[in-house]
Amino acid sequence: MSAHILTVDDSASIRMTTKIALTGAGYQVTEAVDGLDGLNKAKAGQFDLIVTDLNMPNMNGLSMIEALRKSAAHMGVPIIFLTTESDADMKSRAKAAGATGWITKPFDAEQLVKIAKKVLGK
Amino acid sequence: MDMNEIKEIFFQECEEQLAELESGLLRLNDGDRDPETVNAVFRAVHSIKGGAGAFGLDDLVSFAHVFETTLDCVRSGRLEPNQDVLKVMLKSADVLADLTNCARDGGSVDEARSKQLIRELEALAHGEMPSHAEAPAAKPVAAPKAAAPAAPAAPVANDQGFVPVAFSFDDFGDDMPVESVLPAYEVIFKPKADLYRKGNEATLLLRDLSRLGEMSIYCNMDALPSLEELQPENAYFTWRAVIKTDKGEDAVRAVFEFAEWDCDLEIKALEEDNGEQSDDESPMTPVPFDLSALFDEPEPPVGLVEEEERIAASEAEAAAAASNVVQLPGTKAADSAKSAPAAPAAAAAAAASAAAAAPAAQTIRVDLDRVDRLINLVGELVINQAMLSQSVIENDTNGTSSINMGLEELQQLTREIQDSVMAIRAQPVKPVFQRMARTVREIADITGKSVRLVTEGENTEVDKTVIDKLAEPLTHMIRNAVDHGLEMPEKRVALGKNPEGTVRLTAKHRSGRIIIELADDGQGINRERVRQKAIDNDLIAADANLSDEEIDNLIFHAGFSTAEKVSDLSGRGVGMDVVKRSIQALGGRISIQSKPGHGSVFTLSLPLTLAVLDGMVVTVANQTLVVPLTAIVETLQPEANSIHSFGANQRLISIRNSFCPLVDVGKILNFRYQAANPVEGVALLVESEGGGQRALMVDAIQGQRQVVIKSLEANYTHVPGIAAATILGDGRVALILDVDAVVAASRGQPLRHENALAAFG
Repeated sequence: MSAHILTVDDSASIRMTTKIALTGAGYQVTEAVDGLDGLNKAKAGQFDLIVTDLNMPNMNGLSMIEALRKSAAHMGVPIIFLTTESDADMKSRAKAAGATGWITKPFDAEQLVKIAKKVLGK
Repeated sequence: MDMNEIKEIFFQECEEQLAELESGLLRLNDGDRDPETVNAVFRAVHSIKGGAGAFGLDDLVSFAHVFETTLDCVRSGRLEPNQDVLKVMLKSADVLADLTNCARDGGSVDEARSKQLIRELEALAHGEMPSHAEAPAAKPVAAPKAAAPAAPAAPVANDQGFVPVAFSFDDFGDDMPVESVLPAYEVIFKPKADLYRKGNEATLLLRDLSRLGEMSIYCNMDALPSLEELQPENAYFTWRAVIKTDKGEDAVRAVFEFAEWDCDLEIKALEEDNGEQSDDESPMTPVPFDLSALFDEPEPPVGLVEEEERIAASEAEAAAAASNVVQLPGTKAADSAKSAPAAPAAAAAAAASAAAAAPAAQTIRVDLDRVDRLINLVGELVINQAMLSQSVIENDTNGTSSINMGLEELQQLTREIQDSVMAIRAQPVKPVFQRMARTVREIADITGKSVRLVTEGENTEVDKTVIDKLAEPLTHMIRNAVDHGLEMPEKRVALGKNPEGTVRLTAKHRSGRIIIELADDGQGINRERVRQKAIDNDLIAADANLSDEEIDNLIFHAGFSTAEKVSDLSGRGVGMDVVKRSIQALGGRISIQSKPGHGSVFTLSLPLTLAVLDGMVVTVANQTLVVPLTAIVETLQPEANSIHSFGANQRLISIRNSFCPLVDVGKILNFRYQAANPVEGVALLVESEGGGQRALMVDAIQGQRQVVIKSLEANYTHVPGIAAATILGDGRVALILDVDAVVAASRGQPLRHENALAAFG
C-alpha cells in the first residue's frame, strides 16, 4: 500500500504540480484548498504525510499545523510546509508550531519527492 | 494534464490574484485599515511569486519579491499605507499585471518603468529597514527578526538564523579531496520528545546518515528508566554514530536539518586515526547497534498494517511509539475523543477567522468549451422540444391527453435547464470594472488631471462573452471621459468644482438587460463645437435644425473627434463610432445624455446573454421574422381613424393622444415596394435607442417564443436590418429583426439592400 499524502495549497497550479510529482513517485495524493479544508480533511482521513503551504486564506498553514498537533491522533504525522519566505523567522514559527520540515519554493519535483522519502522513510 | 495546461491555470489564478490585489489596494486607498485587507493584498503578491517560481518565471518572481517585501512592511505595521505609498503600489500592481501578461503571451514590458518601480518600492521598504539598504534588488531581503512576533520558545533555541541548505546531498564534496582514507565524523544525537511529536523519526534520520558513507552506530540507553517510571512519550536514548564520508560536514549536518531544534546534536570531525578509538573517551556506555535490522526488513508479516510496521521499525525508542500508537485504528477513536476539547476550540477559532474573511465561494473551474457545448446542446434541445410540441398539437385532437401534459412539463423543464445553463456563463462585471481603474490612473497620469473612479454594481452578472467584449469599448469611453470630459484641476477650481473629477461606472439589471452607465462630472458636450465640426465634415447641413439630443449623438458618427488638440490618448483615429459599432455587435445600444458644465452620461444597454432571445414571431410579406421582445413596448391593431398621413410617404398613428411614425417593415427590408395597409396588419410599438417610439407594421403575429440565436455573420454575412437568424420549432429558418437598424432606416438612413435581398434570394 502506497503512502497517502495530503497536500494543502490555495493555488491550484501548485497543487497540481505537487500532485503530479508525488503520484509519479507512487504516492497516493489527496488535495485540500486552504488551511481549514486541510484541517478537516486531515482529521477525516488517515495520512502518512501532510504537505502544506503557509500563506493561505481561511486559516493559514501555521494555524493548521498548530491545530493538528493539538490533536493526539495527528501528533506524529509528518508535516512539511512549502515556503517562499527565505528568512528564518517564518521557518522557526512553523517549526515551533510543530512542522516536521520544509521545502523552499520554488522547488522541483525531484526535491519534493526526496523530502517526502526522507520523512516517510519510503 | 501537461505542464502548459497547469501553467494556464496558474495564469488564471494570477488574474484572480491581480484583481484581488488591486481591489485590496483600492480599499486601503479609501482608508480601509482592516488587517485582513492588508493580508489579502500580501497574499495575492505572495501567491503570484510562489507560482511564478515554480514555473521559472524569473522576472515575475523578482518583481513580486520586491513588491512583497514592501507589502510585508505594511503588514507588520512598519510602513503606513498612505496615499503616496499606495500610489507606488497601485502602479506596481499594474506592472505586475504586465509582467504576468508577458509571461503568458510573450512580448515585453516597459523595463524602465518596472525598474523605476523596483527602486521606489525598495525606497519605501528601506526607509523602514536601513539595515538592509545594501541588499541587492534581486536577492531576497530578509525582514528584521526583531519586528516579528516572538516565536514560542523552541525546545532547542540554539541556532535560529540557520543557513538554508539545499537538499541535494550530492552537491557537496566536489571540492573535497578524495582520499583513500575518508574523513570521519562523530555525531552525537540525542532526540527530544518534541522530535517525535513533530513527525520526525530518529531511525529515519540515522538511516539517511548511514547513506552518506560507512557508518557504525552505538546507542546509549543509560537514561532509560525502569518500566514503572518510563514515560512513553519521552525520549531516553542517545545515539553516537561514526561515519566515514567524502560528502563533508555540511552534508552530515543537513541530514538533521529538520530535527536540529528538537535534539541535542554534536558533530565533529575526527582525526584520521582515532575514528573508531574514541569509544573509551565517550561518556556513555555504547551498545553497538545493527541498523540493517531496522531497514533491510523482509516483507512485513501478513496482516500488519503500515502504522504497526512503523512502530516496529522504531521500536528501539519507546518514545517513538507514543506518537504512533494513537494512529492504530483501534485506539484512534478513543484518542480523538480525548483530544476533543482542544480540537473543537481550534476549529472554532479557525471558523471565526474564516468568517471574518470573505466567505469562501465554492467554485469549480470548467473549461469554457464544455460550457458552450452544453449551451449548444440545450439550444438544440429547446428547438427539438418546440418541434415535438408542435407536431403533437397538430396531430393530437384531444388537448387534455397525458402526452400534452407531459409535454408541458417538458417545456417547463427545458426552460429551467436553459436558464441554469445560461447562468453558468454569467459572470460579474467586476474584473472589467477593475481594469478600468487602471485605465483611469494611467490617463490621469498622462493628462495631469486628478480623477476618482467610483464603481457601483460590480457584482451584476452578464454573459462572459459580453464581459470579454466590453472591456475595449469601455476603455475607450473612459479615456474619452477623462481626456475630453473632465477639465484640468485649475479650471475645475475656477469653476467652483472639486479639483478632483469623478468618473462613475455603474452596472445594473433592467428588464432582462444589463445597463452600464458611465458618468463624468466634467464639462459636458460642447454642442456648438460638435455642430461646427459636423458641418465642417459635411455630416450635417449648415442650416440643419437639430435637437440637443441629436447634436450629442453626432459624436457617434464615423471619424468624429472634437478634441482641438489631438492628444496622445484619444486621437488614435478610433472614435465613438467604433465604440458604438462594437456595442451594437453585442446586441447592445448606446446613448448619451449631456448637460453642459455638469458632465455627460453614456448609457449602454446590453443583452444578458448572446445565446437566446425572447422573441415575437411575426409574418411580413409571407416571410417569418422574429422581433426581440425586449424592444417591443406594446402591440396594437390599428384602426382606420387612427392613421394619419404626413407628407408624401409618412404615416403616423395616434396612440393615446400622441403621434408615432408608422414604419412598414416589409417595405424597409424591401420585401415589397408598397407599404401594406396598416389596418390589415399589426403595429408593434418599439422603443429605439434614441428614446423615440416607432410603430413597426407587420402583417400578423404568429406567437411568442424563445429562440436560439444563430449568428448570421458567422454563417453567412452581415445583413442590414437583420440581427441574426434562428431555427423555429417546425425546422424553418427565421431571421431576427434588428429593430434599431430598421428604425434608423425609417429616419432616412437607408439600409444597404443588396445584401438583404440576397439573404432572402
